[in-house]
Amino acid sequence: MILASTICRILTQLRHDPRTIAMIIVVPTVLITLIYFMYEGQPHVFDRVALTMLGVFPFIVMFLITSIAMLRERTTGTLERLFTTPVGRLDLLFGYGIAFGLAAAAQAAVAAGFSYGVLGMRTAGSIGLVILIAVANAVLGVALGLLCSAFARTEFQAVQFMPLVVAPQLLLCGLFVPRVDMAGWLRAISDVLPMSYSVEALTEVGVHPEPTGIMWRDLAVVVGAIVVALILGAATLRRRTA
Amino acid sequence: MSIEVRDLVVRRGRRTVLDGFSCVIPQGGVTGLLGPSGSGKTTLMRAIVGVQVVASGTVTVLGHPAGSSPLRSRIGYLTQAPSVYADLTVAENARYFASLHRLGGRAADEAIEAVGLGAARRQLVSQLSGGQRSRASLACALVSCPEVLVLDEPTVGQDPVLRDELWDHFRRLAADGATVLVSSHVMDEANRCDRLLLIREGAVIADGAPAAVKRSAGTEDLDQAFLTLIRRREVAA
Repeated sequence: MILASTICRILTQLRHDPRTIAMIIVVPTVLITLIYFMYEGQPHVFDRVALTMLGVFPFIVMFLITSIAMLRERTTGTLERLFTTPVGRLDLLFGYGIAFGLAAAAQAAVAAGFSYGVLGMRTAGSIGLVILIAVANAVLGVALGLLCSAFARTEFQAVQFMPLVVAPQLLLCGLFVPRVDMAGWLRAISDVLPMSYSVEALTEVGVHPEPTGIMWRDLAVVVGAIVVALILGAATLRRRTA
Repeated sequence: MSIEVRDLVVRRGRRTVLDGFSCVIPQGGVTGLLGPSGSGKTTLMRAIVGVQVVASGTVTVLGHPAGSSPLRSRIGYLTQAPSVYADLTVAENARYFASLHRLGGRAADEAIEAVGLGAARRQLVSQLSGGQRSRASLACALVSCPEVLVLDEPTVGQDPVLRDELWDHFRRLAADGATVLVSSHVMDEANRCDRLLLIREGAVIADGAPAAVKRSAGTEDLDQAFLTLIRRREVAA
């Protein structure tokens, strides 16, 4: 009940902000269209890059939105007030996770639908799996955003976490340099970054008609990373503060 | 006893805000917590609602340790800066806080009426004036009809007519058995309280009914009484 009304409250906040909704829905689609024209005449390259981006964009967008939204809860006093009510920490964590997860599902569905339908992207596996992995990646962004909001005092600081969290994952996920060709230490860093697994999972969907064992394992790793980030996030939500 | 604070020590950063603070607030009635800015009013209130890290001492509310889960459905807290969602309407805010206490839209509507925001209920909080915004925040504290109501400067920036209405409302809640703790730095509001707790630099200067406080200082003016009591303490120290 409290969880349901918290999800509802977060979605209502989003609903009152049409500009943000437009950004969530339109921006990934526009960027993928840009990639389409960048690789015009090289459909295989486009397929590979666009597929990866379908996983990356939801992560970035949801990370940003969540870290700012949670930071606002902390700085405007609403979090302090919520902690004097029967709200539990899990109500808040899952509230944000589910509410923004739903927004991410809409985003991924539109971006994937547009890539396949209009831009002619092709994958051996199904669009449903692509959306599933994209949503998992978005929820990972939500979970890391909740966590990082604890380390920022202002929105100004919060946005600085984006390059810190996103850029290494993007650079080392295998898009620019295949992971097998990386130097050992780079590969080791890549191995502990969750986005490496979601990108690998998407690549699997790209080349195999049926879901593979590697894909499921990678998805499980991403889900595991979400759980770890949420547990760490819960630890930063303190009822009592100095 | 509704609220019992014993030997409370709170440090914020390097500063010791409350150093061995003790007080007792009886059930029912309006208790005014008065003192200058920085005297420890907000810190004391945060300790009572259980969101303040305390170094030592105990705070007991309705027989339970402050902040413990049985209290969370029985206490209402208004923070000094309005803590409502600016991107929700007044009604949406009140409904959300009502839902946390498993209450419906009716409780929310009553709270909105009680703070005189009925006409603005469909407006986004971000579009309200400062005074309206703090009343929206107050509505969210009133929504659960709590047994203990902790209000940090609820009347700041309100017009005199509204302030009068809000005080009438607090008095009604107290008459119905609620314990209302209101902080203020406006001395003329002190006369509307059943009991006063004057604090300065984290220590109790006076504790009693307004008339008794004035009598002990030998003046009819509360501002003057406050000053006299502080001077008397300084001489004693």
